[in-house]
This record gives sequence, C-alpha cells and structure tokens, in this order.
Amino acid sequence: MQSKAVVCKNLRKDFGKGEDAVKVLRGVDFQVNYGEMTFLVGPSGCGKTTLLSVVAGLLNPTAGDLAVLDADIAKLHSSEAVLFRRKNLGFVFQQFNLLPALTAAENAAVPLLAAGWSRKPAVEKAVVLLRDLGLGERAHAKPNQLSGGQQQRVAFARALIHEPRLLVCDEPTSALDAETGHHVMELLRKSAVRADRAVLVVTHDSRIYNFADRIAYMNDGLITRIEEQQNAA
Amino acid sequence: MNFVAWQMLTGDRAKYLGLIFAIAFSTFLMSHQVSIFCGLMNRTRSQITDVRDASVWVMDAKTQYLDEVKALTDQDLFRVRGVKGVEWAVPLFKGTSRAKGADGKFRGVILMGLDDSTLVGAPRKVILGSWAELRGPETIAIDQTGYKFFFPDQPLELGRQLDLNDHQVRIVAIVDSEAPFVNLPVFYTRYTQAITFVGRERNQMSFVLVKPQAGLSDGEITKRITAATGLKASTSLDFGWETIWYYIKNTGIPINFGITVAIALIVGTVVAGQTFYLFTVENLKQFGALKAIGVTNGRIVGMILMQAVIVGAVGYALGITMTALFFDLTQNNLDLRGFRLLPEIMMGTAAAVFLIVLMASIVSVRRVIVLEPAVVFRG
Ligand SMILES: Nc1ncnc2c1ncn2[C@@H]1O[C@H](COP(=O)(O)OP(=O)(O)OP(=O)(O)O)[C@@H](O)[C@H]1O
Ligand SMILES: [Mg+2]
Repeated sequence: MQSKAVVCKNLRKDFGKGEDAVKVLRGVDFQVNYGEMTFLVGPSGCGKTTLLSVVAGLLNPTAGDLAVLDADIAKLHSSEAVLFRRKNLGFVFQQFNLLPALTAAENAAVPLLAAGWSRKPAVEKAVVLLRDLGLGERAHAKPNQLSGGQQQRVAFARALIHEPRLLVCDEPTSALDAETGHHVMELLRKSAVRADRAVLVVTHDSRIYNFADRIAYMNDGLITRIEEQQNAA
Repeated sequence: MNFVAWQMLTGDRAKYLGLIFAIAFSTFLMSHQVSIFCGLMNRTRSQITDVRDASVWVMDAKTQYLDEVKALTDQDLFRVRGVKGVEWAVPLFKGTSRAKGADGKFRGVILMGLDDSTLVGAPRKVILGSWAELRGPETIAIDQTGYKFFFPDQPLELGRQLDLNDHQVRIVAIVDSEAPFVNLPVFYTRYTQAITFVGRERNQMSFVLVKPQAGLSDGEITKRITAATGLKASTSLDFGWETIWYYIKNTGIPINFGITVAIALIVGTVVAGQTFYLFTVENLKQFGALKAIGVTNGRIVGMILMQAVIVGAVGYALGITMTALFFDLTQNNLDLRGFRLLPEIMMGTAAAVFLIVLMASIVSVRRVIVLEPAVVFRG
C-alpha cells in the first residue's frame, strides 16, 4: 500500500504564549491520501486555514507529529522549507494573489522562474497549460482583464505548472459565484487529481462537497469526523 | 525573477514615475548647487589664476588671502630679486577704484597694475586690441563683462573713454578674464599708471610676482624667499587654495549651500523612501505569495534591490542630465561663467543617490524579510 501524503498526529498549534495563548489546533489527527481530493470543512474560525498553513510548511506546529510527503517538515530549517515548498507544493489562494503587472502566462510561470528557469521556456510551458485549462486565448492578458473564474484558472496553472505532489487550496471558490465555482472545481478535479498527487481543499462551500473523495469535518481545533465519498463528481 | 521585479516596478506607473522624479529632483538640486558653490569658491582665486607668467606670489608675512593685503616696499622687491634662484621678480598692484561711464553710471572696479616693462600678470585671452597698447598714457584694458556693464548692448569697440577716479582713460584692449568673486569689472593698466589712478597712498605694491630659475621648483624658491626676506611666499596653487579656504571659513556661503544640499538629500530620501516603502507595502501580498510558492528571501531581497537600483540609476541619469543641460545652456551667460559640472561632483552626487536608494530600500527589505508567508491565506 502506498504511503500517505500527509499524516498529522495529535497536532497542536497555539498562537502566543503562556496565559494568553490561543489554542487553535488542539490535537488534530488527520491524513491525506495520494490520488484523492480531500476537503477540510467546518465553521468559520475552527482552524482550517491554520491547519492548511501548518501542513504547507508556512507555520510551525506547537506540538505533535507531522509528515508531509514523508518529510518531517516541522524540523526543516526555514530556508529548506522554502525549497521544499518550491519543489513539492502547489498553492491556490482564495484571493488568487496573482501579480497584477504580469500576464496570465507569466503569472503561471512564476514557480518555474523561481526554480531558475529562464523566461521564454517557462512562459511557453505556461501557455500550453493554460490552453489545457481553457485559457489559451487569454494567456497574454493581465489579471485585471480577466474574470474571477479565469483568474482562478490562472492560479490553478501556477499551482500545477511545476507538477507538485501536494496541492493545497484555501477557499478556491468563495470569491466566485456558484456556477463559476462549480465549473472551476470540475476543472480542478480533472487537471489536478493524479495517482501520485494529493489535493487538499479547505472550504465551507457545501455546494461543492460532491467533488471530494473524502471530507474531514473540523470543529474548534479538532477533526471530528471523516467521511468517504465513493462516487465523487 | 529579474523580469518579474522589473514588471512589478514599472507596472505601477504613477509610483514608478514618482520615485524617479524624487531622485532626479535631488540629483539635480545637489549637483547643481554644489557646482555653483564650487564655481563661486573658485572665483575667489580668479586674479591668481589669471596670472600665468609667474608661479610664485610674495606678500606681507601676515597676509591671509588675496583680497586683503598690506603693501610691500620697494625695498622688499629688491630683496626678493636678490634671493638666489630668482629668475625675475616684478611688482603687481591689486586694488579697487571707481569708474564712471559716459552715461554717468558708475561702479566699483577691480584695478590690476601690471609691471610696466614686462606686463607680467596680464590674462592670456585678448578679445580685441593688444596688450602693447597699454604702454600709451591713460590707457586701460577692460574685461568683457566690465565692457558690457559700461556699454550695454553695444558692439565691442576700442578707443572708448571712461572716467576712472577722475582720470579720463581710454580702452585699448578688451580681454577675457576669470570671473571675480565679487562680480565687478576688472581693469588692467601699467603699475605706475595704476598708482596715479588711485593716488594718495605712498606705497602700493600688493604683491611681488616671481619666476624661479629653470630647474628650481616653486616650492624650493618659496622657502628661500621666506628665509631670506621674512616675507610670505606661496605658489599660485597654494595661495589660491588659501584664499578659497579663507572664504569657506569666514563667510556664510558654505552653510547656505550646505543647507540646500542637505534639504535635497533629506527630501530625496524621505520622498523616495516613502514612495518605495509604500510600493513594497502595497505589494506585500504578492511578496507573501511568492514566499509561499517558494521564492527565497535572498531572491526577494534581490528583486527589491534591483528595483531600487533601477529607480536610482534612471533618476540619477535624469537629474544629472538636467544639471549638465543647465550649465550647457547658460555657458554664454557672463554672470554664470566658470560654473560647470565637474566629474567629481557627478561622482559625489552618485554616491549620495546610492545612499538615498540604500536607505529607501533597507526599510522595504526589512519589512519583506520579516513577512510571514502564512499571511497569504488571510483575507
Ligand atoms: N496569527 C494568528 N495569531 C492569533 N490568532 C490567530 C492567528 N491566526 C489565526 N488565529 C486564530 O485562530 C483561529 C482559527 O483561524 P483560521 O483562520 O484557521 O480559521 P478558519 O477555520 O480558516 O476560518 P474561516 O473559515 O473564517 O477562514 C481564529 O480564532 C483566529 O482568530
Ligand atoms: Mg480560513
């Protein structure tokens, strides 16, 4: 049996110290499988984004065990963590966070540029990927000339271009209307889910739950229930 | 990632231009003011620089600078002539007088009296006429600016008359001399004539100009003259610098210019720093996203420094071009003659701009380095 992409055991995260510490993750036990799309859902403020940030190596856990792609990322030096993220992780943000001064293709090419690719081949590869995502025509448009759904697709391209083994998405549809959100999730499922890749999506948009292979319900800093869905859309 | 940095910078047209303008403005102000200051200070030694035939100046032992002298005696002149190694030594008169034009306009003038037989101390460039004509009675040579003051809008012409301290004098040469510090006309005449023109004081010898014998250095002859006569002897260069330093130490001029330059530096740093910082802060989310995606701190710092260097280089180029253009366009303006942009000033301004840009970017760099990449997930 293949190993897990993410394994958390009794994971804790406090913000602040001593009396005033805010205990946000209070002992999370959680796993993410390769080849699946896992949703992390729950009420606002329950700690979803915090858990995602810890899993992505952007925040250090306070206590507990964490293995991401078999690496003990909490122990990595911050400069090693950057390289780990660059190589292995793809990010999709709620607010897209595209660079307004760059074209769609240039934005999508950023992870390759960060890895030392030169501009031309990186942008060429990005154009191909954007075409797969239905944005071939708009590859050279600036973000402010694109609709929200189109911008999120550019963000997908940026998250996938370097073929990461773990893709993390925080509320990828909450800045979009229902129909666009649905469409974008379809596309994400189609383009991102692979046997050797795990996809972790944080959302509280119940209308897209049908895209998940597995849903982890979170409440007040703990995973309360995990649900498997056999025929995800 | 360099092109990403470039696009980010120029993508925000308004801030980019604002930054460039701030730096161009300080560059212009600094280089322009320092050039004028240097030009002005250089003018304090104009009458020294104008003397090309002799390289050593002898004066009263207590003399501090060019414009305040105690007269020497004929005895002093003979003693200088007697110093071993002196090829020749001639008197030079430097004083002020008052001249009146045909229309009654009068003005203080600088009057230079040159040794009667050799005319040592005459500036090299004659525009009209000749030095030989000075041998006639009641004759003067006048500098171009002086001519234009007494005969505005009139062609350069010899033979015109002026009233110099109640003596009718005739212009026999129009010459080009270095601009004096106080912007007065400069008259040249023979030494004995100068003395009759100013009258009164028995003794009028301001300086003795000396040329050392071939093979003897200026430094050596000054030592010998001082030892033998007790008078002060300086090379033109040393005496020029003494005069410049006298004005620097004893007038408010350096402070005035210093204040302008300091303001240019401060305003440049504050405006450029502020704009640059704002630019970084506005892009903080983008930088956060880049950090999350896996762009290293070093790379991001490199991007910010590159942006700063571009802004600094473009702003500097613009500002220094403006200064160069200013001096180029005004080079025929007689009031501004001798003022120019020296390479040293260009380099000094470049260093100041580098400092401005460095200070402006340090704050931004700090802000980005401490930025937690996790902020990208916060709304
Ligand atoms: N840097 C921080 N310092 C202090 N408290 C924090 C910090 N980050 C998050 N928190 C707190 O942790 C709790 C969980 O935040 P988190 O963003 O993980 O919730 P969430 O489940 O993603 O909520 P939402 O659905 O609204 O995005 C909140 O109470 C929040 O105020
Ligand atoms: Mg959240």
